[in-house]
Amino acid sequence: MKNMKYLLLRRVTQVTLLVLYFGANAYGWHIVEGTFGSSLVFGVIPLADPYTTLQVLATGFVLGADVLLGALIIILFYMIVGGRAFCSWVCPINMVTDLANWLRRKLDLDKEEVNYRFIKRRARYWIMVLGLIVSAVVGVAAFEVLSPITIMQRGIIFGFGAGIAVIVAIFLFDLFGVKNGWCGHLCPLGASYSVIGAVSLIRVDHDHEACTNCMKCKIVCPENHVLYMVNKESIMVTDGECTNCGRCIDVCDDDALGFSIRNFTKK
Amino acid sequence: MADSNNNRRKFMATTLQSVGLTALGGLLWSGYSDEVKASPLVLRPPGAIAEEDFLKACIKCGLCAEACVNRDSNIDRETGKARPGTLKMAKGGDHRMIGTPFFIPTEVPCYMCEDIPCVPVCPSGALDQASVSNEKGELDIDKSRMGLAVVHKESCIAFWGIQCDACYRACPLLDEAITLEYAKNERTGKHAFLLPVVQSDACTGCGLCEIACVTEEPAIFVLPIEYSTGKAGSHYVKGWDKKDQERVKDAKEIKTKNIRSEKEASDYLNMEVEY
Repeated sequence: MKNMKYLLLRRVTQVTLLVLYFGANAYGWHIVEGTFGSSLVFGVIPLADPYTTLQVLATGFVLGADVLLGALIIILFYMIVGGRAFCSWVCPINMVTDLANWLRRKLDLDKEEVNYRFIKRRARYWIMVLGLIVSAVVGVAAFEVLSPITIMQRGIIFGFGAGIAVIVAIFLFDLFGVKNGWCGHLCPLGASYSVIGAVSLIRVDHDHEACTNCMKCKIVCPENHVLYMVNKESIMVTDGECTNCGRCIDVCDDDALGFSIRNFTKK
Repeated sequence: MADSNNNRRKFMATTLQSVGLTALGGLLWSGYSDEVKASPLVLRPPGAIAEEDFLKACIKCGLCAEACVNRDSNIDRETGKARPGTLKMAKGGDHRMIGTPFFIPTEVPCYMCEDIPCVPVCPSGALDQASVSNEKGELDIDKSRMGLAVVHKESCIAFWGIQCDACYRACPLLDEAITLEYAKNERTGKHAFLLPVVQSDACTGCGLCEIACVTEEPAIFVLPIEYSTGKAGSHYVKGWDKKDQERVKDAKEIKTKNIRSEKEASDYLNMEVEY
């Protein structure tokens, strides 16, 4: 079980959140209500997704103060503390794409020759900006129209309907199409958290001396370009695209990786 | 030199490609978003701002629907169990903008709670509390305009001469939003028609009449206001209405010039229509 610590912690966090959100509708709990678009914690503290908020503002609608305050709280949290942790610790789609990725490895679909690399990882930033432009042009929060994240969350809370097709599509795309296709290439929400969390304090630290170059970390990492320093330098993973999932730490047999606090004074 | 030229070409090509693909994506995305926006016959929660703005504002959090289903009054009187809520969150296949709240009167109408639990919880401003509050700032559900009921005379059995006042009695604004108009039944010569008439200045569009209606398909039903009302236009002035007449007290004569004005009104109105 040693190499499952952070994986299990993440699953517990993700599932607990979904249960709490589900209970808010089904049983009237007041712990976390709403959805990731906008929530209410203990019936008092507002939370809102920054990218969703930006899209609504892009349509030209002047949002209520609750949403603006909620977005600010979320921005500050991930900017200072969590980094891009939303993607791996909160987002329900992460469970879908992790499953696809795991199956990919089991089914030998991970080989270079069957991985379609027709999308670049930076595509998500284009999509993120495009989403704001489309929101402004069409007059509706454009990503929210098709966001599998909130479709899945609302599906769990209020019932899926045909929305389940979107989730299956993401799964198939990641399994048979592009490796880490959704979370690592397309998702504009993930892109927004990459930008927000780029300077956060919690970071994965690499110890070059302990590393045996087994490359297990690079195999499991959904954004493995961020681990460029493995077996080269003893530095922290400072790329904003790292989701702080901790999977690399789990699989490392040599204690060469671990969570640490970023030290801005050290070069 | 040749190398840097190659690099520049490659850079230009990939930039052009990125811009081109973004434009393609933008067109598809805009087209799709614009189509899914078009779900006209949808009834929104109380206090919802105009549909065009509502679609911009709604952040799809579901707090209104959660407040609706979990309200204290939402208990089945016979079984003592919780009932389904009025507000549903549109999901794939509902053919309404995904993630937005709506209701279908024939499934669960709006029971017009006095404390309107669904409105104050809205964080984005898509549900406007001021529009369902009275002058004193207290919540007043009677002010909500979720839609407007319409009676289809041909299928309403009251218009056949059969006595039915199901909608009239189901209306929470009894004798205000639906009134009964008495008329003589000329067919029998001795009976009365009791005809339901919707008063558009009082009807909130809650849909309790629609679910109460006894006909196979409801003969009274709620439509969004912009679909159940017409518009005479500002160029009609009620000459017998002092206030309306005020609008034109400074009016000057305007000569309209278009294709029609080439002929006298009496000429073009009596012309045969060309199909």
